[in-house]
Amino acid sequence: MLLECDGISKRFGGVHAVADVDLSIEPGQVFGLIGPNGAGKTTLVNLISGHLRVDSGAIRFAAADVTRLAPHALTARGIARTFQGVRLFKGLTVLENVLVGRHARMRSDVVRRLWPRGASDRSDREKAGQLLERLGLSRPDALAGGLAYGDQRRLEIARALASEPRLLILDEPAAGMNAAESARLRELMRTLVAEGLTIVLIEHDVRLVMGTCDRVAVLNFGRKIAEGTPSEIQSSPVVREAYLGSEDVA
Amino acid sequence: MDAIVDFFRVYQTTIGVIGINALLALSVWVTLYAGQLTLGNAAFMAVGAYGAALLGMRVGVPFPVGLALGALLSAALALPLGLAVFRLRGVYLAIATIGFGEVVRVVLLTLPFTGKALGLNGIPPVTELWHIYLSLAAVAYVLWRVQGSTVGRAWAAIREDEIAAASQGIAVRRYKLAAFVAGAALAAWAGGLSAHLNFSIEPGDFGFTRAVQILVFAVVGGTPSVAGPIFGATLLTALPEVLRPLKEYRDIFAGLILMGVIIYLPRGLVTLAELRKTRRLQEIGAADVA
Repeated sequence: MLLECDGISKRFGGVHAVADVDLSIEPGQVFGLIGPNGAGKTTLVNLISGHLRVDSGAIRFAAADVTRLAPHALTARGIARTFQGVRLFKGLTVLENVLVGRHARMRSDVVRRLWPRGASDRSDREKAGQLLERLGLSRPDALAGGLAYGDQRRLEIARALASEPRLLILDEPAAGMNAAESARLRELMRTLVAEGLTIVLIEHDVRLVMGTCDRVAVLNFGRKIAEGTPSEIQSSPVVREAYLGSEDVA
Repeated sequence: MDAIVDFFRVYQTTIGVIGINALLALSVWVTLYAGQLTLGNAAFMAVGAYGAALLGMRVGVPFPVGLALGALLSAALALPLGLAVFRLRGVYLAIATIGFGEVVRVVLLTLPFTGKALGLNGIPPVTELWHIYLSLAAVAYVLWRVQGSTVGRAWAAIREDEIAAASQGIAVRRYKLAAFVAGAALAAWAGGLSAHLNFSIEPGDFGFTRAVQILVFAVVGGTPSVAGPIFGATLLTALPEVLRPLKEYRDIFAGLILMGVIIYLPRGLVTLAELRKTRRLQEIGAADVA
């Protein structure tokens, strides 16, 4: 198992945002996380990426307990993520965004840089450039905040990949993308998985989830109500009920 | 040639003060570059000024050693203070650091060996112009090189989006603290130089007005580059001299110039050349400090 969540819970006041969720994610797959609005998907992601602390339960990554680690420490261990609604460094250039993404993989060069021709970060810049090329971003010196929305989404993925993660969490990456862009995104995810990456995909676009994921978990009111292959999920009455409301009133 | 010599003789003090103000502006620039609005640098300047002066006069420590010890003392104070106040952001952080400034001022007024309200007089005026400008050149060079390093990029990332920065593997608290401590040491160094330039110091020199003045130097000059704070400090320190013919109206004109710069060049004077780019930055909301 690459990532294991063992009965994790998070409360905000009286609301159980995430309640006693178990997840086991095997390496080399796309794992889908779906659920109606407010089901707790993003809270769950924030718990895994360390932006929120769990109230109870444990999280293990690559067999090590990472429950109380801070986000930056988790990135160093190989968890990268994107954000719902994009959080780029808007005032920095496209290339600088990706270079910041490499922070966890770069040695601090601040002392060596004091010499006029001190440290060269050419190899990091080359790697960043390759990532941009791979994501189809052509203007490395443009300001990130000036990019079109779809490009910003792809830049955020490039920045996340720059940290050379083992687990990549994508929080609604296709929001605001057109059909062609989202098809390209699906292709990218499949190639990345073929290269050994594991992806957790949070998505509203059911077609994208069903067409991409190897396994899918469904959250509702903070609880995991179903897990299985995409076809199992599609035919599950519990899931239908969560999305469409109960048909027979008890 | 004689004209130049005369000019330097007449304006020696102003030229010295410009250099010291530039150092102070750079000291607050470090934290601003990391997106943190702190107003404690006048207090750190006081720590350096009193530290260097007292060590020199009472203990007989050589001048450069006194400067260095003052800077170290200031950094040692900044470390625990930073740990406490960097739970706060934006205006709350600013207020907390103002509070620290007041504490330092009151401590200077009460301690038995700081001369209380009278301050210290008869500090040997050993600061030479080249001391100030060599310090300024070294500091400006170092900060300029840091800007392009992993540390500089991490500071910029924290300024742009703290949460996203943490997800890129940046230990946000540690980097903020480093900026704060570096700024404190730098302000203290400038304080030590100024104490030995001015002959006398008193707690009132390092109050709230001073803290705001340092911030204004940096913001008016512009925070995108190292040149900004130096430029801002130079202009605003020289302005009263330049406007001297206006006599009693000069403060009004100085204020108007300040307002004009903030309104039309919100990213500072150094962005004058890239005015169009500034507009674009505003459009995307990247122009906000803190």
